[in-house]
Amino acid sequence: MATVKFDNATRVYPGNDSPSVDQLNIDIEDGEFLVLVGPSGCGKSTSLRMLAGLEEVNDGKIWIGDRDVTDLSPKDRDVAMVFQNYALYPHMSVAENMGFALKIAGEDKAQIRERVEEAAKILDLTQFLDRKPKALSGGQRQRVAMGRAIVRSPQVFLMDEPLSNLDAKLRVQTRTQIASLQRRLGVTTVYVTHDQVEAMTMGDRVALLKDGILQQCDSPRRMYDHPDNVFVAGFIGSPAMNLVSTPVVDGGVDFGTTTLQVERDALAEAGSRVIVGIRPEDVELTSEGDGMAIVVDVVEELGADAYIYGSAEDAAQVDSGEDDDGVKPFIARVDGRRPPRKGETIYIKPQEGHLHVFNAESGHRIGH
Amino acid sequence: MPLEISAARPDPALLDLPWSIPLEEWPQDLLAALPRGISRHVVRFARLSGSVIAIKEIKADIARREFQMLRQLGRLDQPCVEPLGVVTGRTDAAGEPLDACLITRHLQFSLPYRVVFSQHLREDTAVRLLDALAVLLVRLHLVGYWWGDVSLSNTLFRRDAGAFAAYLVDAETGELHEQLTDGQRAHDIDIAQVNIAGEFMDLEASGVLPEGLDPVVMAQDIVTRYETLWHELTEDEWFDSGETWRVDQRIRRLNAQGFDVDELAIATDLDGTRIRIQPKVVDAGHHSRRLLRLTGLDVEENQARRLLNDLDSYTAATERQGEDEEIVAHDWLNRIYEPTVRAVPAELRGRLESAEIFHEVLEHRWFMAERLGHDIDIREALDDYLRHVLPGKPEERSVIDEERSS
Ligand SMILES: Nc1ncnc2c1ncn2[C@@H]1O[C@H](COP(=O)(O)OP(=O)(O)OP(=O)(O)O)[C@@H](O)[C@H]1O
Ligand SMILES: Nc1ncnc2c1ncn2[C@@H]1O[C@H](COP(=O)(O)OP(=O)(O)OP(=O)(O)O)[C@@H](O)[C@H]1O
Ligand SMILES: [Mg+2]
Ligand SMILES: [Mg+2]
Repeated sequence: MATVKFDNATRVYPGNDSPSVDQLNIDIEDGEFLVLVGPSGCGKSTSLRMLAGLEEVNDGKIWIGDRDVTDLSPKDRDVAMVFQNYALYPHMSVAENMGFALKIAGEDKAQIRERVEEAAKILDLTQFLDRKPKALSGGQRQRVAMGRAIVRSPQVFLMDEPLSNLDAKLRVQTRTQIASLQRRLGVTTVYVTHDQVEAMTMGDRVALLKDGILQQCDSPRRMYDHPDNVFVAGFIGSPAMNLVSTPVVDGGVDFGTTTLQVERDALAEAGSRVIVGIRPEDVELTSEGDGMAIVVDVVEELGADAYIYGSAEDAAQVDSGEDDDGVKPFIARVDGRRPPRKGETIYIKPQEGHLHVFNAESGHRIGH
Repeated sequence: MPLEISAARPDPALLDLPWSIPLEEWPQDLLAALPRGISRHVVRFARLSGSVIAIKEIKADIARREFQMLRQLGRLDQPCVEPLGVVTGRTDAAGEPLDACLITRHLQFSLPYRVVFSQHLREDTAVRLLDALAVLLVRLHLVGYWWGDVSLSNTLFRRDAGAFAAYLVDAETGELHEQLTDGQRAHDIDIAQVNIAGEFMDLEASGVLPEGLDPVVMAQDIVTRYETLWHELTEDEWFDSGETWRVDQRIRRLNAQGFDVDELAIATDLDGTRIRIQPKVVDAGHHSRRLLRLTGLDVEENQARRLLNDLDSYTAATERQGEDEEIVAHDWLNRIYEPTVRAVPAELRGRLESAEIFHEVLEHRWFMAERLGHDIDIREALDDYLRHVLPGKPEERSVIDEERSS
């Protein structure tokens, strides 16, 4: 049993005024694949390192299973950092490359061979065990490296941007391998990345951090369908969700030429304006006079679909705080067979049931 | 994207290198067949304006990061390879993008650990390598550098008066912190232990590890060596207020290990009967700095120790103990050191560094004296050494890679 628990874990680096990780609470289940994601500097590496024992915990606790590991050295935590370094030794066989660390730990030969064979089976490397690493492909070498971590059978795997030095192709391939491998092994895994696509495709759950504060921790589906605040809404999903500030009116919110119905209760404490969010893929093209008018600036054709990038005539896009690169276009996914043309004015509204509404002040989700 | 070379002092000759060809396919005539450690990236050595550079093909952001890291380490006076530049925006003939390149200066007279093993099967060689690596790791940790990939492959060794001096060569995984936590240090040591065990096992598998050396024991050894030195350099010490000589003793002990104490905290307990001292800032290079100050010679720590000893003997032999140290040192340099190293014929100068040759001549003199049963003049020893010893040594300024060139 290796659950992991961040229990109000806080890290303030010496010389810093504010915590780099601020009262982090996450309960990770046994066997779960949890991805920590967020923009640069949000505190994901620091969180992982607190778990690994590489960074002091100034406040709060960290648990692995029912052990309080807050003050234990990295060695005594039974966690393995994967991919930090994965040199392959040219004169040793694949089996020796996978098992040699167990020798240091004093395991006997038979035991090592057994563990190596087990790992090789999972990694599809059985037939290569007695070969030299030279004879392996790039992907197979990667798997031998993973084998090194697996044979140690740690309670928790920790990975900090393990794919960052791979090229794009190997990266996608290895991503899939890690995810499926983790599922087969069932070892609790905490994985750090800044790439939300990676996070969404790999994690059982995704924890999104910003400025050291946990924004939301949910399944990828839930993060996508039900972002808790404007930041999450803007960070998860690619292309990003359109976020528009708009006045509250009788019976709902104003959306160009129409009023979108929003539950009265939800708007009760909203003030005079709200932020509405619509994912590009949830946009419905309407006819003139129905919904918001968008002037098409760019059309990107992708075959079955096309993305249009336009500007809303009477509403400004809101910055979710993720990155600030000037005015954001309004993005809509449309049918690729009959895309609007550049320069055209189109009318859009959210598909039924796909509107997100956030408090304009706090950014919190208030309804849909 | 056009080719871009960013460097502190770019050498225009860099532009002439074939950046549009993957490094693995560069023509042989540009390359220098020098040995390398184990690496994941393609690394090659090329001749450039009369010197040798090391080129590593690696992703652009990582190259830039490693470049900056090596610069910072250099500024902190840490032994590491010198970064020369980063080449980005490479494309091949078909316009397809190629990885960036990190360029460092080839460290002269440096030996990858495999070469050390293939040349010298002395049993204590391994121990000396580990000692050097432990010193390097302690030094890096003292300045807040977490290496993340401590290994023999990521270290270069230079001869140092019979011992070795270690240099960091791969800073790809490293991080600079204000100060390292115990956890970070422990992690680095753990990495070192695993990597070194693997590297010794690899030597064993290829049949070059001296008989009787156990990779697991050797790897444990680095931990012990590191811990001992770290303890000596950082631990606090309590004693009675009547024993203040122990302050001086501690400083001398650190000096003997090659470290200067730049800041020492002294405190007493409440009633002032017990005193506590703890080194706060220590700096490697006690002997080499002293030698540099006295003579302008910039050599490794043990070489400096050796040279300073010889300077002491010179001072004693000429009965000039009362004189200004710098003046005596100046004379020693002109009368003893310089004539010795200048006597080495040009064709033998690439065998060993000057200071190492000087050290070997001193050793040789000692052996001759023992054999003949009387004192030997340094000129006589030098003569014999140049005739019978040095010509038999391999070229080490840039070691030729026998495995690869044959
Ligand atoms: N050793 C340190 N000393 C002081 N501040 C630090 C230190 N390490 C990190 N920080 C700060 O803590 C914050 C979180 O850093 P952390 O490395 O955890 O972020 P991250 O989300 O992993 O970012 P990235 O994706 O850029 O690696 C940042 O503001 C960073 O500047
Ligand atoms: N400036 C240099 N001078 C001498 N040798 C060098 C230099 N740079 C690199 N080398 C040699 O090349 C080898 C590989 O370099 P390096 O360790 O940087 O590559 P790498 O691919 O990043 O390695 P790793 O797999 O450990 O990440 C080193 O072990 C060393 O022997
Ligand atoms: Mg390396
Ligand atoms: Mg490297």
